[in-house]
Amino acid sequence: MAKQIQSPLPGTFYRRPSPDAPAFVEDGAEVAAGDVIGLVEVMKTFHEIKAETGGANVRFQVENEAPVTAGAVLAEMD
Amino acid sequence: MSPSGKSLFIANRGEIAVRVNSAAKALGCKVIQAHSEADRDMLAVRLADEAVEIGPPQASKSYLDVEKVVQAAKAAGADAVHPGYGFLSESARFAAAVEEAGMIFVGPGAETIARMGDKVAAREAAIAAGVPTAPGSTGRIETVDDARAVVAEIGYPVMIKAAAGGGGRGIRVVETDEDLARLIPQAQTEAAAAFGDGGLYVERMVTDARHVEVQILGDGTRAVHLFERECSLQRRRQKVWEEAPAACLSAASRERVCAASVALAEAVNYRGAGTLEFLYEPARDEFYFMEMNTRIQVEHPVTEMITGVDLVQEMIRIAFGEPMRLSQDALRIDGHAIEVRVNAEDPANGFMPFPGLTGALHIPEGARFDTMLYEGYAIPPFYDSLLGKLIVHGRDRAEAIERLRAALDEIRIDGLKTTLPLFRALVDDPEIQAGEANTAYLESWLETNTLDAA
Repeated sequence: MAKQIQSPLPGTFYRRPSPDAPAFVEDGAEVAAGDVIGLVEVMKTFHEIKAETGGANVRFQVENEAPVTAGAVLAEMD
Repeated sequence: MSPSGKSLFIANRGEIAVRVNSAAKALGCKVIQAHSEADRDMLAVRLADEAVEIGPPQASKSYLDVEKVVQAAKAAGADAVHPGYGFLSESARFAAAVEEAGMIFVGPGAETIARMGDKVAAREAAIAAGVPTAPGSTGRIETVDDARAVVAEIGYPVMIKAAAGGGGRGIRVVETDEDLARLIPQAQTEAAAAFGDGGLYVERMVTDARHVEVQILGDGTRAVHLFERECSLQRRRQKVWEEAPAACLSAASRERVCAASVALAEAVNYRGAGTLEFLYEPARDEFYFMEMNTRIQVEHPVTEMITGVDLVQEMIRIAFGEPMRLSQDALRIDGHAIEVRVNAEDPANGFMPFPGLTGALHIPEGARFDTMLYEGYAIPPFYDSLLGKLIVHGRDRAEAIERLRAALDEIRIDGLKTTLPLFRALVDDPEIQAGEANTAYLESWLETNTLDAA
């Protein structure tokens, strides 16, 4: 069963630290526990989203700059 | 031309949209309210005669999209557009686009916005009009050697500022030659990335600084001032508590800074409401011009409370071509007013944003509460955290503080974490009661005080 990374907060999801920078994590990559996979902007403040566990073949479920709810699944991985 | 019977398009949201709505209604305008997909339920939409959806929740795709906002206003048949504060309120491109589309922009012309938005150009205009500025570079700094030459005259510490910055962004404090050599190139790169303009300037650092700002109103020919506000209590360079008048000023100092502000406003043929922001150094009794904001400000109500003037109504009248109705001789300071900004943030948890569901509201009688809240309103997470502004007035500062304490004791906003507990603590602080807090005070207060959960 795939592991999920959820957003702890409602807001806007960003896959990159700034518009011109590369993504924190590319689709299909591996992550280690504690890696930052994106940012959620809530009320003009930015919160880092970290993988709680390691995983492989990350599949993002939400587009860059999409609005998300608290609990929304941002990414799945194996 | 009178605004009565004309339609006003509000290109903003939150509490300021509600505030502009009430001013427009009082003038007999029809109100058309812009809103994003996330703001369909906001109070200003409910209060408007007509509402127009302008795009997705993200501000960059709705409230900040010049073409979308102008098209929506035009399609709705608006006569005028009020930009509020933030968003496109200081965009010269937006002001020009509104006018090119045949509508009135409630604010100064695009050239004035552009000129005052460039910190170096604004400083040069200020100096030309006799407005006091901090000793520093006369124009842009291009190299570290330029900066060294300025420091040789004014001494350390100095502040490096971005020409295109504002609201405290892009400022660095430098105390040594080594830091200067290291930080000038870094600041240039960052300013270029953040503001699209790597221009810098250097100013002397002011000690025990107070934030003092002068409210002006102009009709393009004549300008008046409506005295000053003090906004020294700031967190992360965001004002949280504002007063009018400034307790730190003598009558002579007040007259000096207000008269200079009117001179600058008239020199640039200022039209609409504007604010000149200064740092005030009590030990030297000197003012240093920082920037001019070419829009209505969040904290305008404290000025309204001590002058009896409805600033938003006046700026709309002027935009529709009415001449200035105020005369300087008739303006007086009546008592003292204080405003605190109630944000959806938890001060007991690092000011974590709290976009929750609004429960029951109890607003004290005798206090003014400019707000976007109503019972059952879900606060969207996409915008800033300002819920409303609690404003009190007293015959003097001591009475205003007493009334603030009483209002804070009584106000209740269920369902949300707010910054109200912060103000309940600050109102009892001896330094604040004595009017001795400078712009660094709140940050150090927060390091040494803990707040109980609300």
